[in-house]
Amino acid sequence: MKTKAFSLIIFCCVFQTFLFAQTEGMVYIEGSRYLPLYGRDSTVVEVNDFKMDVYPVTNKEFKQFVEKFPKWQKSKVIKLFADDSYLSNWKNDLELKDTENPDSPVTYVSWFAAKAYCECQGKRLPTVDEWEYVAMADETTKDARVKPSYNEKILSWYETPRSNENLIGQTPKNIWGVYDLHGLVWEWTLDFNSVLITGESRKDVDKDSNLFCGSASVNATDLMNYAAFMRYAIRGSLKAKYAMKNLGFRCVQDVNEKK
Amino acid sequence: MKTTQKSKRKLKLLKHLALLIAPMFFVACFNDKKEEAENAAEIPVNQEMIAELTAPPHVPTPVGTRKAKKLIVKMEILEEEGEMTDGVKYVYWTFGGSVPGSFIRTRVGDEVEFHLQNHPDNKLPHNIDLHAVTGPGGGAESSFVAPGHSKVFSFKTLNPGLYVYHCATAPVGMHIANGMYGLILVEPAGGLPKVDKEYYIMQGDFYTKGANGERGLQPFDMQKAVDEHADYVVFNGKVGALTGDNAITAKVGETVRLFVGNGGPNLVSSFHVIGEIFDKVHVEGGDMINENVQTTLIPAGGAAIVEFKVDVPGTFILVDHSIFRAFNKGALGMLKVEGEENKKVYSGEIRDDIYLPEGPGIQTMPTTDEIVASEVPAKSFEEQMEFGKQAYMQTCFACHQGEGQGIPNAFPPLANSDYLNADVNRAIDIVLNGLTGEITVNGEKYNSVMTRQSLSSDEVANVLTYVYNSWGNNGTVVTKEMVEKVKNKK
Repeated sequence: MKTKAFSLIIFCCVFQTFLFAQTEGMVYIEGSRYLPLYGRDSTVVEVNDFKMDVYPVTNKEFKQFVEKFPKWQKSKVIKLFADDSYLSNWKNDLELKDTENPDSPVTYVSWFAAKAYCECQGKRLPTVDEWEYVAMADETTKDARVKPSYNEKILSWYETPRSNENLIGQTPKNIWGVYDLHGLVWEWTLDFNSVLITGESRKDVDKDSNLFCGSASVNATDLMNYAAFMRYAIRGSLKAKYAMKNLGFRCVQDVNEKK
Repeated sequence: MKTTQKSKRKLKLLKHLALLIAPMFFVACFNDKKEEAENAAEIPVNQEMIAELTAPPHVPTPVGTRKAKKLIVKMEILEEEGEMTDGVKYVYWTFGGSVPGSFIRTRVGDEVEFHLQNHPDNKLPHNIDLHAVTGPGGGAESSFVAPGHSKVFSFKTLNPGLYVYHCATAPVGMHIANGMYGLILVEPAGGLPKVDKEYYIMQGDFYTKGANGERGLQPFDMQKAVDEHADYVVFNGKVGALTGDNAITAKVGETVRLFVGNGGPNLVSSFHVIGEIFDKVHVEGGDMINENVQTTLIPAGGAAIVEFKVDVPGTFILVDHSIFRAFNKGALGMLKVEGEENKKVYSGEIRDDIYLPEGPGIQTMPTTDEIVASEVPAKSFEEQMEFGKQAYMQTCFACHQGEGQGIPNAFPPLANSDYLNADVNRAIDIVLNGLTGEITVNGEKYNSVMTRQSLSSDEVANVLTYVYNSWGNNGTVVTKEMVEKVKNKK
């Protein structure tokens, strides 16, 4: 089994350039140091340069993926890697339900499936720090978190139902040239469960380790943070095999010339 | 000598015995208490039962004499748009589709198997902290559930009382402010004493981007919530959830029990029923009973059980007696009581006397007589408007409000009022003689009481002229003669 999976990965790594004409559709993100929203020990996080997909992965793209890699098809996926909701808006292994749009973001995908998708293109899932770094930009600034309008827009999306059915690319492009980080779907991150939130958020407050410790702080940055709290809460509630209606993903790629 | 020695020995023996026995008593007492505590945990359960859950203002059937059971509670979390007040929409997060969430009724010793189901359409993870749970987080940690998933945990109800439950996911305040709270009742063995009517009422404060009454879909405002500047303070999730057709009801002679909670997130409630005295209050929802209470304090995240017998018919207004919340922010409900009048308990108005404190005697007049005219009659339209406004602010403002907007579901608007503009003589008659019963104003039904107003003919003319020439009404000028004419018709 393992060797099979391994050979698959080799296979797609070798042929990736043929399979998907990639790194198009990506933009260069210049790394920097920043203070993450959740203020993990108030330490600054460093993000290296990387490239990020401009759009989240769509239904259409994911269909091409499962055609190439049948083991990620709805009926064939290993139950350890995806729960019963996996691709539940698909009619069968290769077809979307008629109500779904091919240019909507793919959802109902597990972390395992998202990770495999990115790896098969020589990419990977973004880390939480990378994702948050790009997501703190708006149309004109790299760090828009202090703007009330930025937070309001994000929060109003959190209160808008069925946004997962929208098409990609309809929210404003941020200064990096990336679309849809807010306003469409939640997105998987590589280390989504590294920020441990127990679900008992008040208890998390007492732990003085590197955990989610922001919710008790009573200073003004709370306002700036509370949209982020919700993202950390959703990440904390996930398990890698979960497939959810409002949860999709996009990929990133390192740019240090190691290869 | 011998006898004394003997008795001494006896005494000694007794002493020893006493010494031996005393700690036994002590231990026995101690054991008793411990047993009691253990008892609740050790009450056996047989049989399974699906819990009946109800939306406010209703409560499930009392437990009565049933034995402790395994009680299965299935609670679904829904994020959905609702109406805060006419024209104002809000996205509520709910336990069971209502604010407050479904009422859960259990008895001491029940083993509650709790299924928390987060609807797949929801955007956010949630959990539940039940104050009736003995255990870390009140279940919050065990119930943290992502959209499209369901978590199960179980607890045994150890302490009887009325408890709040709420969501405890970050940011906690926001989840509560959006409506994620409700009540769970743990009845003692044998149940609470039987009453005729039971209702479920829960207060909550809401924070919207726009000011109170600003129309459209209003998002939650975190800054206002942090500052504790509530735009709405309401019973059962919205303005008017307990007024008009939604009022709770009872018949004269019945005993009413209200399960009253306060979800907060910020404000403490001074719960009061205008025109009633609570015969009994289970203070803070616990065992202590206070009797003959006018207003009971309900902390945020707390509850109380209040009971009273209704002796006379009429509409009794439920308020948070932090009174601006009631008349300006929505914390107002109604209990309508039907049945026979009891003049001994309450007479209604008997007569209206003139009170002249400086005079040697008090001059008495039957109510139908002329009220002394205002000393300075208005000489012009401007003066009529000026005097009319003064009279309005003194007499009409409390109910019809400063801009004639009224209070939704309680007091009809005077601004742009089709009912007002349709018939000036009817309006004069209402000011003179009052109005009771259902009317339709601008398409909304109102059913409340306006008492007759103690105004002179001049004053009636002035105040009506002011109302007719304000807030988009038709500009009728009402004269003293018109008022007299209506008065004399009767």
